[in-house]
Amino acid sequence: MVKVLVYPANSLILADLVERFGHEPLSVQQEIREKISAPGLDSPPLNITPDDPKIGLRYAAVEVPSGVRGRMALIGPLIEEAEAAVVVHDPDPTFGCMGCARTNELVNFLIRARKIPLLELKYPSTEDDARDFVVRVAEFLKSLENGK
Amino acid sequence: MSEIVRIAQLSCGSEYSGIQQEIDEAARSVGAEMVFPDVDAGDIQRIEDEFGLRVASPDLKLMMARGKAVVDGISDIDAVFIGTCFRCAEAALVRSELRRYIYETTGLPVISYSFTERTTATTLLTRMEALTTMALRKNLLVRERQRGLTAGIDSGSTTTKCVVMRDNEIIGTGWVPTTKVLQSAEKAFEEALEAAGVREGELEAIGTTGYGRFLAGERFKADLVQEEVTVNSKGAVFLADTQKGDATVIDIGGMDNKAISVHNGIPGMFTLGGICAGASGRFLELTARRLGVEITELGALSVKGDARKIAMNSYCIVFGIQSLVNSLSAGAKPEDVAAAACHSVSEQVFEQQLQEVEVKEPVLMVGGSSLIEGLPKAMEELLHVEVHVPPNSQFIGAVGAALLSSGFIEEE
Repeated sequence: MVKVLVYPANSLILADLVERFGHEPLSVQQEIREKISAPGLDSPPLNITPDDPKIGLRYAAVEVPSGVRGRMALIGPLIEEAEAAVVVHDPDPTFGCMGCARTNELVNFLIRARKIPLLELKYPSTEDDARDFVVRVAEFLKSLENGK
Repeated sequence: MSEIVRIAQLSCGSEYSGIQQEIDEAARSVGAEMVFPDVDAGDIQRIEDEFGLRVASPDLKLMMARGKAVVDGISDIDAVFIGTCFRCAEAALVRSELRRYIYETTGLPVISYSFTERTTATTLLTRMEALTTMALRKNLLVRERQRGLTAGIDSGSTTTKCVVMRDNEIIGTGWVPTTKVLQSAEKAFEEALEAAGVREGELEAIGTTGYGRFLAGERFKADLVQEEVTVNSKGAVFLADTQKGDATVIDIGGMDNKAISVHNGIPGMFTLGGICAGASGRFLELTARRLGVEITELGALSVKGDARKIAMNSYCIVFGIQSLVNSLSAGAKPEDVAAAACHSVSEQVFEQQLQEVEVKEPVLMVGGSSLIEGLPKAMEELLHVEVHVPPNSQFIGAVGAALLSSGFIEEE
């Protein structure tokens, strides 16, 4: 079993695919779940507090917008933990979306810099592309099993 | 309109900056609630073509789609708050264009704000209060004449001002430096009463504004306790006799600056700046001290000088003053230094605040700093329009409070 980071980090479809192939998906839902179920926090809707953008300073300097750093406080540790990653570019917002183009740029860079097994795909626009998309994700996940 | 003011929140990054609860709390404290206009996925997909602005961040597309929902009247909204992360250029473009679009097409009161994780409910309070006042109390704000015998107290961060008005005329004024809020307010109040020749018990209504408005309002049992954006707008157009049509009000204060677009005496778009002391009246106080002149003499000195002869390397109150000191030690004339200080403050307000509002003539400069002649002169040079300083401009907030509080006499 390999820890696979999915990006968009809140994509349920990608997380589900990773799980179906026997790996552990690293997604932002887990982080949020931990935040909203932890006692003593009251900062709806995500229970992200002003401390989170400060934690994000580990990944981006203070001149980077607070919204980027707040997101990085969630995603940064997942990137560090990841042993492989599946990244989908320009997805439909319903597929998964982190909302911020600057965060996307930084996350994509940091994932590449880790030099872990990485599959980058464009979001499919036709049914044929969608089939091909799923096949390629499946092959990538299987290859992780085989240690390729 | 519902009892609770419904403020549409069009934002990007507030939840990830950890400040959503601060926005909600600021709204709650002024009897308002934040609402997110409903949109569907199709609205978001179409919005770039419909609005005409292409952006990379999906949350900005959502923000634009919500803005269009407000304009289309899909949501029952009284006012609009537009907020994005500080230092995000893409968001700044959307924020600015969306604010203009909504204000021009709906006439709803709109404010915009760029936040960081340090933004608190207290920072947002005055803005939210002004927004709800514009939405809820338009009847009060349309008042053009002061009636009866009323007093207005402006408890500012640097000075406390008071005026007593009778039947649309100022009959007494008081002005003291702010030390302790209540003591200063009482002293200014006594000065104004004495000058007017009236007793406190004769007053028919009292209004308070400024930083110490709540404390002073409680002490004087004020009929009106109101933030300074709406009060100063009324005071400015009243004193300048420009209550009809458009006007722009600029007030450079001791702690923060206001730039307000006014239409028929009612504020529309406004910005409150308060991050940098280099853009405040405090900078000019320090300059006067360095030049060895009273702050009241700085204005006359500055209009004789030429700001271009002084190299200002920084807007910062510390390093900016250092630039002025260096110039003086290099033989610069005090009048040029005074002019450069006025230019520096005006330029910051011009660059950081006046870009956020529609500058429409007449431009009115008010507050105590407007009496430093070099400041309106520098602003004229930057804006290329005439800048008016109405009579009694230093009492702008107090006059606005006295004027608006007279509305409560009629209600009784």
